Amino acid sequence: MSYSAPQCLNGCIQCDDVCVEFGNVLVLDEVSFSIPKGVLTGVVGPNGGGKSTLFNALVGLQPIAHGNILVNGLLPGASRGTISYVPQREMVNWRFPLSVKDVVSLGAINRGSIFRKYWFSDNGEVEEALRKVDMWDSKDDLVSNLSGGQRQRTFIARALTQEAEILLLDEAFSGVDISSQEGVIDVLRNLRDEGTTILMATHDLNNLSDRFDEVLCLNRHVCAHGNPESVFTEEVLTELYGSHGEMFAEHRIGHHDHVD
Amino acid sequence: MIMWIDLLFEPLQYSFISRALIVCILVGITCPFLGAFVINREMAFMGDALAHAVLPGLVVAYAFGISPFIGALPTGIIVALTIGYIVKKSGVSNDTSIGIVFSGLFSLGLIILSLTGGTKLNVEDILLGQLLGTSITDVYITIGTTVVLSVVLIIFYRQLVFVGFDFQGAKVAGLPADKLDYLLLILITVVIVMSLQVVGIILVVGMLITPAAASSLIVRRFPPVILLGIVFGVLSAVSGLYLSYYFNLPSGPSIAMVSSMIFAICFAASRCLKA
Repeated sequence: MSYSAPQCLNGCIQCDDVCVEFGNVLVLDEVSFSIPKGVLTGVVGPNGGGKSTLFNALVGLQPIAHGNILVNGLLPGASRGTISYVPQREMVNWRFPLSVKDVVSLGAINRGSIFRKYWFSDNGEVEEALRKVDMWDSKDDLVSNLSGGQRQRTFIARALTQEAEILLLDEAFSGVDISSQEGVIDVLRNLRDEGTTILMATHDLNNLSDRFDEVLCLNRHVCAHGNPESVFTEEVLTELYGSHGEMFAEHRIGHHDHVD
Repeated sequence: MIMWIDLLFEPLQYSFISRALIVCILVGITCPFLGAFVINREMAFMGDALAHAVLPGLVVAYAFGISPFIGALPTGIIVALTIGYIVKKSGVSNDTSIGIVFSGLFSLGLIILSLTGGTKLNVEDILLGQLLGTSITDVYITIGTTVVLSVVLIIFYRQLVFVGFDFQGAKVAGLPADKLDYLLLILITVVIVMSLQVVGIILVVGMLITPAAASSLIVRRFPPVILLGIVFGVLSAVSGLYLSYYFNLPSGPSIAMVSSMIFAICFAASRCLKA
């Protein structure tokens, strides 16, 4: 996979030969790719293929053993705050009794005046974000009572108040029913059109070409990266999912219904 | 009506009751404030462990004749940071690491207690509180601690909420999430140490979590949980004090008992409201 020369500025992500080790196990092996500003990318691969590790490395929470990462033209640790992260369901403490509005207003915590960080938030901004993701009517609901899709949209609204240029979503569709998934994708498309760079990890191979501009196939290393219509060769599927990949090759990606 | 007011004011002619009342009110405010974080982050066992683990510091302070607060606070903070570190770094599960540190330090405290003779010191006072022995220095220390604690909590409130709700997301947003976790542990330790006078090592966890838990059954969002928790906390502490005065009961257990009863009432009420 070739990629353009290191010209990584706002909203762009660039990885060169990135390796991550857990003990003696190589979780990411010479991962190289470049994602320009304003592209909606699906990161697919098997469980344990390194999707979450890659995201953690991009935000500087996972030290890398080798290689270079530039996010917004900065090293991962330095670019924190310009990235917003929609965590996997299990990573969030849903027991914490916050309303939708509470969660969204937290997005602005590290930006703007010092008072905002410590106490106040800009209500106009929160309202705008909530209207964009169509959650304004549920603003006073507790997040613990929301459906999967509503939770995702709440977190996306939080990213909006954070004014993040890059949005990472980790397994955003686990526990989200198929019609709500479309709602989330619509919101993400609008954001992409406004210039936000979006990466979404998913192990759901359905409707990839309808949903994403580009697909990054990750199983320890980058198996393929590009247009979802063209990247899924039988070879790539085998590399991604082993010999069972042929099972998937029977289907034409993006042209069959959800089977879960 | 007059009689009720008499009942309220009669004990206050004794200065040791007035001092106890001030300390009660302040503990009733600060415990549920932090307690709301404790219950929503499932840290009740951590709170209980911190309370028990300050025993060595407390005993040494008594042995040297210095304020138990001065002795217990540094020990508590060291313990809090140690437990926090072990929980974050060791492969052992949370409650296991907490249990190990808890029992180890509590035993150390009891051993020091027996070595130093323990004659000056009533173990029961340490375990159950000695509210009626509150000195004027204790009152000043409690007032000062409450002010510092409230200021720190107000400043870091939103960040502590963010970290408590979504640790990973808070890190990505650029917050020092690990440091904020340690800060929360230190604040909990401070509030535990200042509450030892009132309810003692064994019952402090009741004061920390019960009012906040009762409140969370009645109201849903986090800020109202804190506010109603403070109402319950002050109510428990003050009425527990009066009960112990009029019925000659031990003060710490009276306070903890009232807060448990408030919880029971809230539990029944929330069941009825749902039904």
